Amino acid sequence: MGTTSRATYKPAGLLSRGQCLLFGALLLIPCIELLFDLGISAPTRFVLGFAIVGIGLNVVVGFTGLLHLGIAAFMAIGAYAFAILTCTIYPFQLGFWPGLFAALCIGALAGAFLGAPTLRLRGDYLAIVTLGFGEIVQDLLKNLEPITKGTQGINPLPAPWFFGLTFASDTPKSWYFLYLAILILCTILVRNLEHSRVGRQWFAVREDELAARCMAIRPDKVKLTALAVGAGLAALGGALLASLISSTGEPGNYDFQISILALCIVIVGGIGSMTGVIVGALVMVGMNSILLPILGQKLQQAGIGTTTSVYLAPDNYKYLLFGLALVLMMRFRPKGIVAAREEDH
Amino acid sequence: MFDWFDSDVLLQQLLLGLSNGMIIALIALGYTMVYGIIELINFAHGDLFMLGSFLALTLVGAAMNCGLVDPALMGESSHWWLLGTLVVVCGIFCGGLNLCIDHFAYKPLRRASKLSQLVAAIGVSFIIVNLGLFWGGLPMEVLGGGGAAAAPKDFPHLVSDVNLLGEESFVVMTWNDVVIFVVTIPLMIGLTLFVKFTKLGMAMRATAQHATAARLMGVDVNKVIAATFAIGGFLGGAASVLYANYNSTVSFQMGFRAGMDAFTAAVLGGIGSLPGAMLGGLLIGLVRAMSDQYVGSEWTNVVVFSLLVLILIFRPTGLLGLKQREKV
Repeated sequence: MGTTSRATYKPAGLLSRGQCLLFGALLLIPCIELLFDLGISAPTRFVLGFAIVGIGLNVVVGFTGLLHLGIAAFMAIGAYAFAILTCTIYPFQLGFWPGLFAALCIGALAGAFLGAPTLRLRGDYLAIVTLGFGEIVQDLLKNLEPITKGTQGINPLPAPWFFGLTFASDTPKSWYFLYLAILILCTILVRNLEHSRVGRQWFAVREDELAARCMAIRPDKVKLTALAVGAGLAALGGALLASLISSTGEPGNYDFQISILALCIVIVGGIGSMTGVIVGALVMVGMNSILLPILGQKLQQAGIGTTTSVYLAPDNYKYLLFGLALVLMMRFRPKGIVAAREEDH
Repeated sequence: MFDWFDSDVLLQQLLLGLSNGMIIALIALGYTMVYGIIELINFAHGDLFMLGSFLALTLVGAAMNCGLVDPALMGESSHWWLLGTLVVVCGIFCGGLNLCIDHFAYKPLRRASKLSQLVAAIGVSFIIVNLGLFWGGLPMEVLGGGGAAAAPKDFPHLVSDVNLLGEESFVVMTWNDVVIFVVTIPLMIGLTLFVKFTKLGMAMRATAQHATAARLMGVDVNKVIAATFAIGGFLGGAASVLYANYNSTVSFQMGFRAGMDAFTAAVLGGIGSLPGAMLGGLLIGLVRAMSDQYVGSEWTNVVVFSLLVLILIFRPTGLLGLKQREKV
């Protein structure tokens, strides 16, 4: 960087201190499991996948201030692109890593393509349009049955491969480490974007579009990059999650509820803070995919939780918890658990 | 199925579209009124509507258990008094609930950004969906529909199923269609007169134009907003009874769908405009019916959402909305 004349330019460094601590803690989980079998590293892989989606959504909602209510559509696009390019019933059969990379690119392209017509819209209208896209993508996947296999979903999907590691259903730890590594890479990437010229433009547009325009920033272009980065990461997360269960699942799995789960991750964790988003993923997805199912099992074992009563299945409190999380966070702690520091920007 | 020249099919779909459109219009009024006043997309409105229909179902079940109505006669004889009572009771219930939602969830955020309010509204919507799921778990087996809490429940026809056009007519029009118009048209006229000629209505229009100026003129803005939520909720509650009676089924997840239809209608007509919401509701009802018949029902949601996206992108002021310049 010898040629740069910008005095304010400071390399962001790889990770902030909070992120280092967080990833260190995440690294410890499977190590502890070597001693005590807690059985949480397997479900925590979902947390890691959703954390990547959350980081993508955070670029759009947190950094650029665009409320996006259809991020699940891009998870679906990523998962289906990955599936179609890698599954043995299609002619492409690219393999895990090229497929993953292609899913990321297709997701980013789709994000830019769907984002382009929405750039003129005001905040709340943009939110509704993204919601509309989310629903349309879901129905398209359901109805274009010759390509997407309709409600069956596409399976099987390839497991990852990595030098010397085996990825099978009974080796969750190697998945865990690989997904954690991808999450760390994404964090480093977005952190560097955040502290680059692009990132500062995002913040400028978020704070005041008109003022940004006066500073010769083109809000359209800036919003488009944010939407593309966000959608690309969401697609990556979607593809990783699909690979985890070796199926895209049915299109109905990528519904509004998932978009809101991703939004909860960003808002509960700390809107605009990368550390916060990962904490948010731990809290929300941890509750959704680890705590509630375990609680349900325990209740069942104790003989209390029968499947006949809707009130005793913890899973049925999901909507309530999502809703309360959003309402209470907005009311009492709008910046989230880990508030983004203003001076960072 | 693709026979365009079968006028009977077309007429039937038109009737279906108009009837459902009137219901959508009634819900859309709730969206458009709230948006007109505080620029909030009241995301929870559709789910409020869902809760209203659950109350209606519970009350019908209660009436059957008390012997007030004979389950065997459902769909044969008309229970006008029951329907009327339900419209009023569910309307008041939803109006009151909407008032509480505003008070506890939205009011503290009045000065926060528009997006935080929208996020809170989505949160409220999810809470209500969960309440609907739990409500569905209450014993409602009297009606025979759905043992599981999440399953859609059957709602009986409260008025006669006899075809008013004669037994041999292909097009079916029953009192269930008629009752929709009998309830919605007076409500819409009443609302229009209320907003035009009463003092509170004038205060509402003033607040919608400029809240600060209205406050300076002595309008109690908070009271006006509360009244708006109550009236919008009442209309949603009334619509929920009509919807349940007309479509014979209620489910805890129907609020999202109905809410999106109604919101699309409000935007199509021009959000903030009362006649716009009514027109938009009718149009969306017709579009849905036509798309069900001539495009395929699996594409109807795509059609409606595409319409929503296209209007928002190309004509965000809708058909009857006023052009607004972005304020700096």
